[in-house]
Amino acid sequence: MNLIAKAKPKDYKSSVKPIWCPGCGHFSVLNAVTKAFAALSIEKDDTVLVSGIGCSSRLPAYVDSYGFHGVHGRGLAVAQGLKVARPDLTVLALGGDGDGFSIGGNHFIHACRRNVNITYIAMDNEVYGMTKGQASPTTAADWDHSKLTPHGPGVRPFKPAALALASGAPWIARGYSGNPNQVARLIAEAIEHPGFSFVHVLSQCITFCPEQTDWKAVVREREAPPLVDADEAASLFHHEDGFQTGVLYSAARNAWPPERTGAASTDLTGGFKV
Amino acid sequence: MTGKQLSIAITGAGGAGVISVGELLLQASAKEGGRGLLRKAFGPQIRGGESAALLKLTETERYTPANEYDLLLAFDWNNFSRFGDEIRLVPGAVVICEEKSDPPEEVLAAQPNLIRLPMAQLASSAHADGRVNMFALGLLGKLLGLPGDSLSQLAQQKLKNKPEAYREAASTCITSGVKNAPDMVLSVPAPGEPGAWYISGNQAAGLGALEAGVRFVAAYPITPASDVLEWMAGGLEKLNGDLVQAEDELAAINMTIGAAFGGVPSFTATSGPGLALMTESIGLAVASETPVTILNVMRGGPSTGIPTKSEQSDLDIALHGLHGDAPHLVLAPLDIADCVYTSAWAVTLAQSLQTAAIVLSDQFIGQSTAVISEPKRCAPAVLAEQEQDNSYLRYRLTESGVSTLAAPGDAEQRFTADGLEHNEKGTPSARDDDHQRQLEKRARKLSDHDYGDAWARIEGRGTVALVCFGSASAAVSEAAEILSGQGISACTVSLRLLAPLQQVRLQAALANCDRVFVVEQNHSGQLFRYLRSMMDFKQPVHRYSRAGPVPLSGHDIAAAVAQESKP
Repeated sequence: MNLIAKAKPKDYKSSVKPIWCPGCGHFSVLNAVTKAFAALSIEKDDTVLVSGIGCSSRLPAYVDSYGFHGVHGRGLAVAQGLKVARPDLTVLALGGDGDGFSIGGNHFIHACRRNVNITYIAMDNEVYGMTKGQASPTTAADWDHSKLTPHGPGVRPFKPAALALASGAPWIARGYSGNPNQVARLIAEAIEHPGFSFVHVLSQCITFCPEQTDWKAVVREREAPPLVDADEAASLFHHEDGFQTGVLYSAARNAWPPERTGAASTDLTGGFKV
Repeated sequence: MTGKQLSIAITGAGGAGVISVGELLLQASAKEGGRGLLRKAFGPQIRGGESAALLKLTETERYTPANEYDLLLAFDWNNFSRFGDEIRLVPGAVVICEEKSDPPEEVLAAQPNLIRLPMAQLASSAHADGRVNMFALGLLGKLLGLPGDSLSQLAQQKLKNKPEAYREAASTCITSGVKNAPDMVLSVPAPGEPGAWYISGNQAAGLGALEAGVRFVAAYPITPASDVLEWMAGGLEKLNGDLVQAEDELAAINMTIGAAFGGVPSFTATSGPGLALMTESIGLAVASETPVTILNVMRGGPSTGIPTKSEQSDLDIALHGLHGDAPHLVLAPLDIADCVYTSAWAVTLAQSLQTAAIVLSDQFIGQSTAVISEPKRCAPAVLAEQEQDNSYLRYRLTESGVSTLAAPGDAEQRFTADGLEHNEKGTPSARDDDHQRQLEKRARKLSDHDYGDAWARIEGRGTVALVCFGSASAAVSEAAEILSGQGISACTVSLRLLAPLQQVRLQAALANCDRVFVVEQNHSGQLFRYLRSMMDFKQPVHRYSRAGPVPLSGHDIAAAVAQESKP
């Protein structure tokens, strides 16, 4: 194995050049991932980044680890299958708000419930960037910048943290692409959490949602330890404005599956013999 | 040769224990060296619908469903009638029913040897908790010459988790059934070699997969594939493998792909609607060159169709359902025993060729149980040596088209697998040259592989060829035998490997035939169309396709062939 002494974030970058627009929040998330890996001296050969489809889902190719860039919405399923089959690996799933909360919404709620020991980073810019600016499940009801929904989507946006909590996620954090050091810290903590950890990153799309540059005025660190009580967390997630960052909820729950117990017998055919 | 056969139908309400009677009779017969097939037929209801155990005792292991029944035991006539024309009787068949019940017209038309017995009353007077199905077991066992204590022992084994009183009642009722059996002896097929197995096609397919090295399964329950998964759950636990019940088939196939990317041979099982949901991601397995095996236990379609009954109508989607140019493997087991071989072969090919393999089993062979000689096994995959240099290219353009497959944890071979078109390294690329080369590579590795002799089972010689795939094999070989009795010599070609189609080998197999019949259990002639689109036949090609749910009949096939073959 290739132990990296005094790992630096840049050691974890691959040679592939990102396709993202200048000013995209995802650059910060990429930097945060490599910073977190360096902070934990993560083994490149034992780490896998899995993603679906969308701007943010391109991230695995930009990191020098193993990666799997699958189809739209199914990154979490790939990541869970991989981790169950190979519990020795560090597995992260990444994607955007459309990938994770719309087409992959069912996998998101079941991943929260199943609690496999992986980290899921949702890079939420409230828009479908790769298909050129349509509303996503986290877009405000009155956002009327898309020709597809000229009067706005007209429906309430998802609250990803509340959805995660209701689905049983034991560890929920929120970060902001404008503060990559904080996101790096959250990702490192998420990787160390022994179960499903959900990092919701507000990652701005200045191309289709230039108004998101205003986020920096409202985003703030939540000055309190993570909530451990699900009722209190539910109340927080339902009443807040969605711009508080930090580890918001952390509960003790055993990850799934439990450790393998060892083979009792390897005889497969005995039961068939007359 | 077919040898002597005895076909028995037992019908009743779902949950009445009809299937248990069939299973225990076949197991008891197997203990005496007997051979036979138990087909299970259900209505769509889980409890309270109709249920039939369709048992065929034989001297050979060529298991076609019975066309006509020598013996019918009907617990009631309402449920019998729900099977419509699926259960036909031979003239003079033995029919056993309740004392005060009147058989329907279609039963009386066979002029049966009608035996009316107060079965329910005899069962409840034998034991307060007595059940009529155990009474029937004793009765039928006696008619078949099976030892009563063997039936009792097997019943005790089956009921081992039930309360003591329940087991006691079963034994008492079996004894009462034996005692009250009509005084007649049925002509039972001669026993075969001892050392047989008692196994369903679904279990056999699961066994083949595990023996070929599968250690991860993710799946979503669906009829008639769930019992594959139920058997594999126990098997995987023994082998320190994992089975995940996924939230849907989209997750199931993607979890399977994820585990396979981790280097663990992986498998999923489903049926038509589930296969439809999986197709996008099967394309991902093809593009990312991740080996996965998908067992599709076919049922009546389209849409929800007839979930509990058999049909061979998913050939089109298995062959052509993926978007883009996505070469992959399609195989079909030919019978229950062959489910072990073909399932293992599919896993082996998927692993060696780094692609997706779809295996087309069906409800008939999947949910039928048979007594078989120890099944033939498939040799395990021989995988290429790992590259150990620093110039690792995941999608290297090799001569064979197969590149070295590294897995996470392997030192210094890091790559990102991608469903986006990519270059040799795996970096996404929309360039024309990368696309052409990677498409060609993925096609070449399948088309250039030598699949050996296992691509088909070829039997007999003749001027007429009967070509089929999967479970149609037994009916087709029965048809060939019937035709031979009529002076028409026929050979049979049962395709085990459907894609890539082995055209050259198939042409050679048909070289001496002046007429070809393509036989399949679906409405539109899917295999017929496929073969005609892929090859030029030098002889006339006829189509015999009949949709399910009634099983293909060797007699009907032979009659159609004889009709066409008249000078």
